[in-house]
Amino acid sequence: MVIGAASSPAASRAGAAAVWHALGAVMDPEIPVVSIVELGIVRSVACVRDACTITLTPTYSGCPATRVIAQDARDAAAAVAPGRVDVVTALSPAWSTAWIAPEARARLAAFGIAPPGRSDASTVAVVTLRARPIRCPQCGSARTEELSRFGATPCKAQYRCIDCREPFDYFKPH
Amino acid sequence: MNPRLFEYLLRLADNDLVLAQRLGEWVGKGPVLEEDIASTNVGLDLLGQARLWFAYAGEVEARFAGRGRSEDELAFFREEKDFRNLLLVEQPNGNYADTIARQYLFDQWHVLALGALSASADARIAAIAAKAHKEVRYHVERSSQWVIRLGDGTDVSHARMQDAIDALWMYTGEMFTVDAVERPLVEAGVAADNAALAAPWHAAVRSVLAQAALALPTDTWMQGAHARGGKQGAHSEFLSRMLAEMQVLPRTYPQARW
Repeated sequence: MVIGAASSPAASRAGAAAVWHALGAVMDPEIPVVSIVELGIVRSVACVRDACTITLTPTYSGCPATRVIAQDARDAAAAVAPGRVDVVTALSPAWSTAWIAPEARARLAAFGIAPPGRSDASTVAVVTLRARPIRCPQCGSARTEELSRFGATPCKAQYRCIDCREPFDYFKPH
Repeated sequence: MNPRLFEYLLRLADNDLVLAQRLGEWVGKGPVLEEDIASTNVGLDLLGQARLWFAYAGEVEARFAGRGRSEDELAFFREEKDFRNLLLVEQPNGNYADTIARQYLFDQWHVLALGALSASADARIAAIAAKAHKEVRYHVERSSQWVIRLGDGTDVSHARMQDAIDALWMYTGEMFTVDAVERPLVEAGVAADNAALAAPWHAAVRSVLAQAALALPTDTWMQGAHARGGKQGAHSEFLSRMLAEMQVLPRTYPQARW
């Protein structure tokens, strides 16, 4: 790889590609089996001459990992980028679990987190005591129940399997 | 327009900050572990949203005041009279029914207001609101479920829930006021028209209270729906005490850096 003055479009593309590759190895701090690229947190990488700009989108407004992710992304990119690295935040379009890569969903399940179902596009939800069939990542049973809409992190809910009795986290559709 | 926009953003930010601080008071004291986690997660979402509103407010302030204050300056170094939150959200936690009633009555307005703000003519407001709206949908789903569980629960939970709704009802009118700060912003398509949110709010609340076997309060006198309420900086005695606790550390060590 060429490190140094990257002044041609081809060199800029190579720089961006190197940064994307590096970001693909940055794991989510709370869910270390999926990368921030697979989670759809990295929206774009643009390299122009010696400067690369990484655009991230935050998941939940209050997610405490947001700052760590931005720092990790900056560090990873700085190791391979030809020059300066800037990390900027884009709020729009709002992050959605629909952006999570399919390969990542299987890895979430293997890690013990049930992957998110389809995002609900409905508007105002007042009372919805509906049952959502979520599969247990341990035994695969669809007979599961929600313990709490919230969990250890803003993105997860707590569930329990009725068949194997194991509790598990569910990545909420967002 | 910018000074008005700054005021408006503070109203949105302060609602979230004050309610987040109130919910944080439940940490380690929730009635069950899952609710301890739920309340504080909702508070965390609100704190994140407050930060987004404060960050934008600081940028807007810079346009007319030369310098825009940081999120921390706005949160920790303003006095009580400069806070612009609704009276409803600064009310004390009380028992869990009081907290749930306060949460639901606010969540129901919040989700409608954010829905309207997602179409704001101001792109930044629309982006923040669209993001926050997704989170607040979960909030209103949870709080409405708890109103029903507690209302249609035991004799004790029912009585406490009814008392809570009755006590907080007089603060709800403030959510639907539109004053001189907001009127031009509403006309410009920037701010949400609070008056237009009253009917859908009432319809939703009526439905939830009915399912909760709770009586709809008939009290029409609305604290804060008159000339001055929390939005204009006229607060109840509870806010200054809450702010004293919230602001004491940065005020004691103003040069401290994390």
